[in-house]
Amino acid sequence: MKSFASLVKPYVVWMSLFIVIPMLLILLYAITDRGNSVLTFHFTLNNFLRFFDPVFIKVLWKSLEIAIITTIVCIIIGYPIAYVISNVSERLQGLLILSVTIPMWINMLVRTYAWISILSDGGIINSILAAVGLGPIKMMYTDFAVILGMVYNFLPFMILQIYTVLAKMDRALINASFDLGANRYQTFKRIVFPLSLPGVISGITLVFLPAVSTFVIPKFLGGGQYMLIGNLIENQFITVGEWNFGSAISLIMAMIIMGSMMLTKQVDKDASAQASNDGGKLW
Amino acid sequence: MVGSKRNLAWTIILITLVLMFFYLPIMSMIVFSFNSSRSLTSWSGFSLEWYKALFENREMMSAITTTISIALLSTLVSTVVGTFTAIGISKSKRLIKEIILNVNNFPILNPEIVTAIGLMLLYTTFKIEKGYMTMLIAHIIFSTPYVILTVLPKLRRLDPDLAEAALDLGCTPLQALLKVIVPLIMPGVISGALIAFTMSFDDFVISYFVSGNGVKNISILVYTMSKRINPTINALSTILVVIITIILLSVNLYDILKKKDLKEKE
Repeated sequence: MKSFASLVKPYVVWMSLFIVIPMLLILLYAITDRGNSVLTFHFTLNNFLRFFDPVFIKVLWKSLEIAIITTIVCIIIGYPIAYVISNVSERLQGLLILSVTIPMWINMLVRTYAWISILSDGGIINSILAAVGLGPIKMMYTDFAVILGMVYNFLPFMILQIYTVLAKMDRALINASFDLGANRYQTFKRIVFPLSLPGVISGITLVFLPAVSTFVIPKFLGGGQYMLIGNLIENQFITVGEWNFGSAISLIMAMIIMGSMMLTKQVDKDASAQASNDGGKLW
Repeated sequence: MVGSKRNLAWTIILITLVLMFFYLPIMSMIVFSFNSSRSLTSWSGFSLEWYKALFENREMMSAITTTISIALLSTLVSTVVGTFTAIGISKSKRLIKEIILNVNNFPILNPEIVTAIGLMLLYTTFKIEKGYMTMLIAHIIFSTPYVILTVLPKLRRLDPDLAEAALDLGCTPLQALLKVIVPLIMPGVISGALIAFTMSFDDFVISYFVSGNGVKNISILVYTMSKRINPTINALSTILVVIITIILLSVNLYDILKKKDLKEKE
C-alpha cells in the first residue's frame, strides 16, 4: 500500500514547478519595480497604488457590474429551464441536456463571433426589424451585446448545475409535501427551491468567475475600446508591456474572485442552516 | 408535476425559446459558410468556395494540425499522470492529501488569465522560448487537475482490500495497479480524458499567452484574424459542428439502444 502512496511524488515536483512557482512569480512581479530581470528588482507597492486611479477603479466596477448582471440573468433564465427539463420524461431529458451541451463543444470564439452577424447594423435582427418598418437598433458595441455574449456562453453551466440537483431530488419529498396539504407554490418555495440551492450556488461560481475575467467577449462584441478588467490585464501584458502592473491587477482580480467565492459559500451555509431551522419548526 | 395543459404549453414555449437562443448563432454560422460573398451578414448565393479556401489555406491547416496534435498529446499525458497521481493521493496520509488537493485546485479556481500569466512569466524567467512545446506543457498543466478530480471519486468507492488481495495472491504492485485498480476506475479515467481533450481543444486564453514563434491553434487564429475574418472560419466551424454532433448523437443513441436491449432481455 505504501508503495502506491509514493505515486504522488512526481506530481508534487511537477505541481511545485508549474503551479506554485508561477503564482509566486506573479506575486514577485506585482511587488517589484520595472525591469524584467529577476536579479536587480527592488520592492515597491506602487503597482497596487497605481490601480486606485479612478480610471482603473471604473474598469473594475464595470467588470463587476457586467458579471453580476450576467449571473443574475443566467439564474433567471437558467432556473426555469432546468426545472422544466427535470420534469419531462427521462429520454427527453437526455435529449434536451444534449442539446444544451452541444453548443459548449463549439469553439467559444467562433460562437461569440457568430453573434456579430446577428446583432450588427445590417445583421439578421435589424433586417427583420427593417422588413416590418422598424429600427435599426444599435446593438453591437453596447453593454447589451457584451452581456448577451456572456449569457450565451455561460448559461449552459448554470442550467447543467441546477438540472443535476433537481434531477437527483427525491420525488417522495414533493409528494409528501402535497399530501400534507401544501400547494404547488408552497411546495416549490419550501421544498424544491431550498433543496436546489447548492446547484444554484455552483452555477453562480461557474458563471461569475469566467464572466469577471473574460477578455474575448468584450473585445468581439463590445469593440476595441471596450475595457473590462480582463482586457486591462491583456493590454498590460500584450500591448503595453507593463508586466509588473499587469501582475498587480491580476492579483487584485484573483483576490476579489476568491472573496466573492467565500461570500457565496457563506450565503449557501446560512441558507441551508435557515432551511434546516424552518424544518425544525415543522416538527 | 407537469400535468395540466397550460403547463405543457409553457414547457414547450420555454424550451423552444432557449433552443432558438442557443442555435441561432450556430445556424447563422453554418448558413454563411455557404455564402458566395465574403460578407457574414448579407446572403448573396450558395457556393462552396470557402470550403475550398479552407483546405488551401496553409495557416489554417497548420492551426488545425496543431490543435489536434496538442489535444491528443496533452490528453494522453494528463490522463496517465492524473490517474496515477489520483491513486497515489487516495493512499496518502490526510495532510499530504489536503495539501496536494489544495494546490491542485489552483488552476481550476483561478481565472484562466491568471494561470496563463503565471506560465508566461515562468517561461520568460527561465528563458524558455515560447512555441509548440510551451503550449503543450501548459495544456498538460491545466488539464491534469481535472483528470485527478474526476478519477478520485471512483477510487473512493473502490474496496481498499482489492489491491491488498491482488498483492497477497502474488501480484507485483505494478500488476495490482494495472490489472486490478485501473480497470475498476476506467469509467472515471475515460471521462477525465474526455474533459482533458475538450479543454485542450477549445482553449484560447492560456494558449494565447504561452505560445509564440507563429505557433497557433484554431482559437488563436480566430482571435488574430478578427478584423479580416471571412467565412473560412465558418466553414471550419461547420465541419467541426457536424463531426461533434455525429459523435455525441451516436454515443447517446448507443446508450439508448443498450438500455432498450437490456430491458428486452429482462
